[in-house]
Amino acid sequence: MAANESLARLSDVLFTTSIATYAVAMCFYTAEYAFGRKGYVASTAAATAPRRELVSVGASTGGGTVATADVPAAALRPAFGKIDNPVRKAHSSGDRLGVLAVVITVIGVILHGTSVTLRGIAVDRVPWGNMYEFAAIAGLVAVLAFLATLIKLPQLRYLGGFALFPVVIVMFLAGTVWYVQASPLVPALQSYWLAIHVSAAASSEGVLMTSTVLTVLYLVRSRYDRLAAAGEAPQSGWRAIGSRLPAAASLDKGAYRAVAFAFPIYTFAVICGAIWAEAAWGRYWGWDPKEVWAFIVWVIYAAYLHARATAGWKGRAAAWINIVGFGAMTFNFFVVNVVIAGLHSYSGLNS
Amino acid sequence: MTGTATDAPPDAGSAAQPSAQPSAQSRPTETALQRIIRHGPVAGVRKLWRRLISMRTALVLLFLLAIAAVPGSLLPQRNLNPLRTQQYIDQHGAWGTFLDRIGMFDVFGSAWFAAIYLLLFVSLIGCLVPRIRLYAKSLRTKPLPAPRNLLRLPESTGFDVLGERSAADLAAVARASLGRRWRAIVREEPGGSVAIAAEKGYSREAGNLLFHLSLLTLLICIAIGNLFGYQGTVLVTEGRGFCNSVLTYDSFKSGRLAQDGQVAPFCIDTLNDFQATYRADGSASDFRADITYSRSVDSAPEQYRLKVNSPLRLEGDRVYLLSHGYTPVITVTRPGQPPLTSEAAFVPADLNYTSEGAFKFAGPVGAGNDIGVEGIFAPTSVDHGGVIVSTSPKLGNPVLGLIVYTGDLGLQLGPQSVYSLSATQKDEGKADPSTGLVVQDRQNLAMGETMTLADGTTVTFDSVKEWASLQVSHDPSQRELLIAAVLMVAGLLGSLAIRRRRIWVRFSPAGAGGAAAGAPGDPARTVVSVGGLARSDSGSFPEEFRNVIERLRADLAGAPPSTAESPSTSELPSTAQTGPTRIDEE
Repeated sequence: MAANESLARLSDVLFTTSIATYAVAMCFYTAEYAFGRKGYVASTAAATAPRRELVSVGASTGGGTVATADVPAAALRPAFGKIDNPVRKAHSSGDRLGVLAVVITVIGVILHGTSVTLRGIAVDRVPWGNMYEFAAIAGLVAVLAFLATLIKLPQLRYLGGFALFPVVIVMFLAGTVWYVQASPLVPALQSYWLAIHVSAAASSEGVLMTSTVLTVLYLVRSRYDRLAAAGEAPQSGWRAIGSRLPAAASLDKGAYRAVAFAFPIYTFAVICGAIWAEAAWGRYWGWDPKEVWAFIVWVIYAAYLHARATAGWKGRAAAWINIVGFGAMTFNFFVVNVVIAGLHSYSGLNS
Repeated sequence: MTGTATDAPPDAGSAAQPSAQPSAQSRPTETALQRIIRHGPVAGVRKLWRRLISMRTALVLLFLLAIAAVPGSLLPQRNLNPLRTQQYIDQHGAWGTFLDRIGMFDVFGSAWFAAIYLLLFVSLIGCLVPRIRLYAKSLRTKPLPAPRNLLRLPESTGFDVLGERSAADLAAVARASLGRRWRAIVREEPGGSVAIAAEKGYSREAGNLLFHLSLLTLLICIAIGNLFGYQGTVLVTEGRGFCNSVLTYDSFKSGRLAQDGQVAPFCIDTLNDFQATYRADGSASDFRADITYSRSVDSAPEQYRLKVNSPLRLEGDRVYLLSHGYTPVITVTRPGQPPLTSEAAFVPADLNYTSEGAFKFAGPVGAGNDIGVEGIFAPTSVDHGGVIVSTSPKLGNPVLGLIVYTGDLGLQLGPQSVYSLSATQKDEGKADPSTGLVVQDRQNLAMGETMTLADGTTVTFDSVKEWASLQVSHDPSQRELLIAAVLMVAGLLGSLAIRRRRIWVRFSPAGAGGAAAGAPGDPARTVVSVGGLARSDSGSFPEEFRNVIERLRADLAGAPPSTAESPSTSELPSTAQTGPTRIDEE
């Protein structure tokens, strides 16, 4: 075997360690979620609302000195620089848990990234040649996507548990069920398109996974909202989760943006796959099972994007399409790779 | 399939989904013809057409397309695996036959699959045409006039510019401050104020249209490729070659409109060498085939090394290395006759290239003294009590297990497989040795070994060559297809990343002599109000709006004054509403 055994072993150890680290981080996120205040978003909204009123009152009383009387209060809201948020400054215990969770996640990402890199060095190629490696990459992208989101939207931190949960599951499966020894590639995979096609597929699928998490949260939240509107808001138990989530509209928007970001990359991945197939198999498209499902996934997410622009399909209906799309993507990854024989049977499990 | 634009202008949206539009109000001066159009069969057709091109229909068709594709991956497909398809049908009896009848084993060539995507195309075209027209119109129309109260818009701010300056001057400065990338128009309003209306992000709809038009082009290219393309595979043993003509192919598929015989006139003169390299664990690390080829009958031969990921690309045709195998060479010598050497390509039966094949030595027709040899070849052989099996695809310890028949091969009875002896002739031989094939002897030969039959005929395993299976593909529209695909991604990026947004700036003179005069004795100033609006998904617009305002204020403050007095913007009351929690509630 051409692989460097000791590096490969080290990579495996780091992989396992990073799963454990993510799991610990997940616990901390969940603890922040459960024991912290209602979450940053909710508290911010509570903190800013009275403040706005205050400003407008001040404006209308002292309006004569500064501006014409018909300038409404809306114009007088603080514009430049962010509103100081008192809640953010006061470090609650929940806040500390959350910060700790992020630190642990970052450690996990470093371990995970090192594991992937070492695997690549060990086999002297891009480290995404089989299902195990693909899952490792997709998981890494998903966690990085979450951390990147936190830079812009730190108030989403308390949802980290939801973001890490699918990653931990996928990585656990990768490490146990799909694990294969580090080994070089079969000739058909020896192409620079491997680096392009598979990385694009893995990253877009990582982001689509994030979108699904947001969509599920959206469905939970909007269900809660409907119950609350009917005066039947559940007060305790898992049904009350909805009360602690961000507003339904923002979850929906977040899910949409993730798809809007990932869909072109996914399209690009499919096109790269076709270009590669043209060079390797003599045709750009041959309805190989993997190709069929890539097509199905593409069509479903296209439907999602259209549905979000169609009256009567917005909201929950579109959200369900998103989830169906994720289901198809998962099927394409879990079942088509392992169960259905095709040209993409690169899991390395059936040899 | 009206596109991914979530922010289509309301007018564009309704034009794209005309079904949503209320039907025209009936007027008293309606002519008979108009009445027919409104209520007769024409109206029915129009209604149907509108429903077809609506987004809802497109959505349903998209779903149908996704669902229709599923059996194509779960059931064996005839074009991918005819053998397994037949097995499946046989195993499932009436159910299998039923599935076959409704095209489940050729999903992507079936009428119902075609019906779905053709309807989708029609729907797409029906939706695109009015949208393109609308877009062209929108490029010509000027940005909408400013709403009366700009400060009610989602993004807004107001501030004062001090100094005696005309609103028009300030507007000119502001127009320059916005930059050329904003399409803007300056309008004078009643009451002495001047307003700029600016728009940006037209390329979103352009991207959206580009995506869908490219998608259409892509599908047309696929159709052309399918209709005019062809694909042939041929098995070539080292030292041999072939010329591109339909007859040389072992299998040949061509599009409906591809003219038979009209193939590019190139020749693969010889397969000089095929080389497979393996790792220690037996997995393949590299395949390569060195070939000599000529682009046409009278052009000079050239060399190429075919590899799995690097086909030979000729004008219009591509040559691929598909698979490989072994070609054993044997010599049969009958007593008192010259030796006959023959090579036969053997078909791999397992991953270690235990392969099967046959040699046929025909005697005079009807004489019954043909020789047929069936063989099993193992490149790295292990003997299990007389049965050989290969343990590696590599040529290590090649052994050829032979069963020699004599009698009648039955070649005159019709075409038969080159990889095996006729089973009917073998059965025939058991019943009547004079008209069929009869087993003479069986033996496993290492390379160079010879077996001798009872009648003195010798069979020698001389050597082994390798064969490569080459595929020649012709697709006249591939380049256009690639271009369409690239444009598709570009359009997609445009339609998903760009947002339509509008900014209005209004300058109202105030203070001394101004129309919106404040208290007498106020210094001369101009009230500036700015409003911004991004359609649907606002994204980073608040940030952009802030930047525009900052620049605007700086430019208005620093601009050369129309009077000697240097103006300054008053800072105090103006603020835009951009709090820290932009993720939610908008």
